[in-house]
Amino acid sequence: MVVEEKAIIETENLTKVYKGQVAVDHVTFKVFEGEVFGFLGPNGAGKTTLILMLLGLTEPTEGMARVLGVDPVREAIKVKGLIGYMPENMGFYNDLDAIQMLKFMADLNGLPRHIADERIEKALYTVGLENEAKKKIGAYSRGMRQRLGLAELIVKEPKVAFLDEPTLGLDPDATNKMIELIENLSKEQRMTIILCSHFLEMVQKLCSRMRIIIKGKMVAQGTMETLAKEKFGVDSEEYTLEEIYMKYFQEEA
Amino acid sequence: MHGLKVIFKKELADHFSSYRFLILFSLICMVSLIIAYMVSMTIKNEMKDIAKPQFVFLMLFISQGGLFSFVQFVAFFGPLIGLIMGFDLINRERNEGTLSRILAQPIYRDAVINGKFLAGVVTISIMIASIVLVITGLGLILMGVVPGIDEILRILVYMIISIVYISFWLGVAILFSIIFRSVTTSALAGLAVWIFFSFFVSLGANIVAKAFVPDAGPDNLEALLKQITIQRAISLSSPIILYSDATATIVDPTKKTTRSFVFVGPFEKLSSERFSGPLSLHQSLLIVLPYIITLIAITAICFAISYIVFMRQEIRSA
Ligand SMILES: Nc1ncnc2c1ncn2[C@@H]1O[C@H](COP(=O)(O)OP(=O)(O)O)[C@@H](O)[C@H]1O
Ligand SMILES: [Mg+2]
Repeated sequence: MVVEEKAIIETENLTKVYKGQVAVDHVTFKVFEGEVFGFLGPNGAGKTTLILMLLGLTEPTEGMARVLGVDPVREAIKVKGLIGYMPENMGFYNDLDAIQMLKFMADLNGLPRHIADERIEKALYTVGLENEAKKKIGAYSRGMRQRLGLAELIVKEPKVAFLDEPTLGLDPDATNKMIELIENLSKEQRMTIILCSHFLEMVQKLCSRMRIIIKGKMVAQGTMETLAKEKFGVDSEEYTLEEIYMKYFQEEA
Repeated sequence: MHGLKVIFKKELADHFSSYRFLILFSLICMVSLIIAYMVSMTIKNEMKDIAKPQFVFLMLFISQGGLFSFVQFVAFFGPLIGLIMGFDLINRERNEGTLSRILAQPIYRDAVINGKFLAGVVTISIMIASIVLVITGLGLILMGVVPGIDEILRILVYMIISIVYISFWLGVAILFSIIFRSVTTSALAGLAVWIFFSFFVSLGANIVAKAFVPDAGPDNLEALLKQITIQRAISLSSPIILYSDATATIVDPTKKTTRSFVFVGPFEKLSSERFSGPLSLHQSLLIVLPYIITLIAITAICFAISYIVFMRQEIRSA
C-alpha cells in the first residue's frame, strides 16, 4: 500500500560556514509528517547549527530550507509560531517557577489565558512535574528541566518539534522516562519530531528514520535496515546501530 | 506587538522584585532624605526672622545641605543607576540560554531590547517620581512650604530631564550587554565610560582650552572668555555636563549655570553673573530645550547602535 506522504521539512544543499569553517555542508533531506527523525552525530558535527537554520535563528550561508512550506529565512516569525524547540542547554529563568515560566512562553506565543492555563496543567501532569510546579526552576534537577522543556512543547502544541540533545547528561532512569515522554509527544500529540543526539540508544529506540552527520556532512540516511544494507549488504539484525555508527565515524574521522 | 508587551511586563516585574532594585532604591531614598532633612533644617533656621525668599521649595533640591545637593547627587549617581540596571540585561540571558529560547518564539528580535529598555525607563520614572514626592513631603512637614505652580512645573521638567538622562545610561549599559558576552566586562566598560565623562572630559576641556588660548592674566577678559567658550564646547560632549547645565537652569532660576560639584571651575562664576533677575519658566525652558533634545538624541543614537548590533548578532548560547 502506497501512502501519499507530505514532506514537512525539506532542505536543499543547506550550508553554514563560520569564518571559513564549514559547520553544515550541503545537506539535503526531507522529513515526513508523523515521523520521529533523528540526527546522529558526534559533538561538533553541526547538528545544532542545522536545527538553528531550520528555526530561522541562524541564516544559512547557502541552500534553501522549507519548514511546513515556509522559508525560515524570509518568514522567521511565521516558522517560529508553527514549530517547537527544545534547546540543548535547557535555559530557563531560574527565579520563576514552572507555571510562571510556561505562562510566559504561552504569552510570547499569544495563547489566550484560559487555553494556556488548561494546557499548562495538563502538560505539567503529563511530564510528572505537577508536584514541583510551584518550585523555583533554579532548584530543579537536570532531568526536571528537560521535562519542563517538553511541557513547554505540550503547551505550545506545534506541528513539528525540534529536540536538541534531549537526554544529554541524564541518568539511565531519567533517560528512559524522557524517551517515553518523547514517544508520547509523537503518538498522543501527533507531533512530527526531529531530534539530534550523539546518544545512539535513544535514536535507535525512537526514530523511524535517521541520518548520520559527521563534520557537517550527511554521510548516511534511511531506516536502520537500509543503512545496514546500503553500506554493508547485511540485515540489521546482525549489526547493531552502534556498530554501524562507529563504522561511519571511523571512516570519516 | 504582543511580544513587546509580554517582555515589557516580565522585565518590569523583574525589576521590582529584584534585590538589586530594592537596594538601589533604598540607597537613593536614604541619601535624598538626609539631604532634604539637612537642607530643611538650615533653611528653617535662616528663615526665622526674614521674609520668605523666592523659590524656597526649589531650594530643597538645589541647596547643598551638607555635602552636595539632590540635583548634584542625581547628576553624579544617576549614571550608576542606569548602568547597574542594564549591564547584564542581554548577556545574562545569552549565557543562561534563555535568549535563544525566547527568540525561538514568534516575536520580533527587537521586541526583546525594546521591552527591556521601556521597562527600565518606566522603573526609572517611578523611582525618580517617588523620590521627588518623598522630598516634597518632607519639605512640607519640616518647613511648611507649599510649592507654587511655577515651582511644580519646574520640578516636573527636572524629573523629565532626569529620566531621559538616566535612560541614556541605561541605553549605554544595554549596548555593552549586547556587545560583551561577559557580564563583568560589560559592567566594567560602563564604569569606564562613566568615569571618563565624569572626570576626564571636564579636565581635558580645561587643558585643551588653555592650550588654544594661553593664560593672559586676570585682566585680559577677551582671552578668558575665549577659554571659557572652548572649554564649554568640549564639556558639552559629556552627557553629565549636559544634564547638570540643563537641570541647573531649570531648578535654579537665579543661578543659571551651576555645575555639579565635580566640575565647578573659577570661570562659572563669571558667566553666572550675566543675568541678575531670576529667569521665567518660559525663558528657562527655551534655554534647556536644546539640552533636552541633545540628551534624547544621544539616547536614540545609543539605542540605534544596540539595535543594529543585536539584529545582526548570532544567537546561540554555547
Ligand atoms: N558562532 C560560531 N562561530 C564559529 N564557529 C561555530 C559557531 N557555532 C558553532 N561553530 C562551529 O560549528 C561546528 C558545529 O557546531 P554545532 O552545530 O554546535 O555541533 P553539534 O551540535 O553537532 O555538537 C563546530 O565545529 C563549532 O565549532
Ligand atoms: Mg549541539
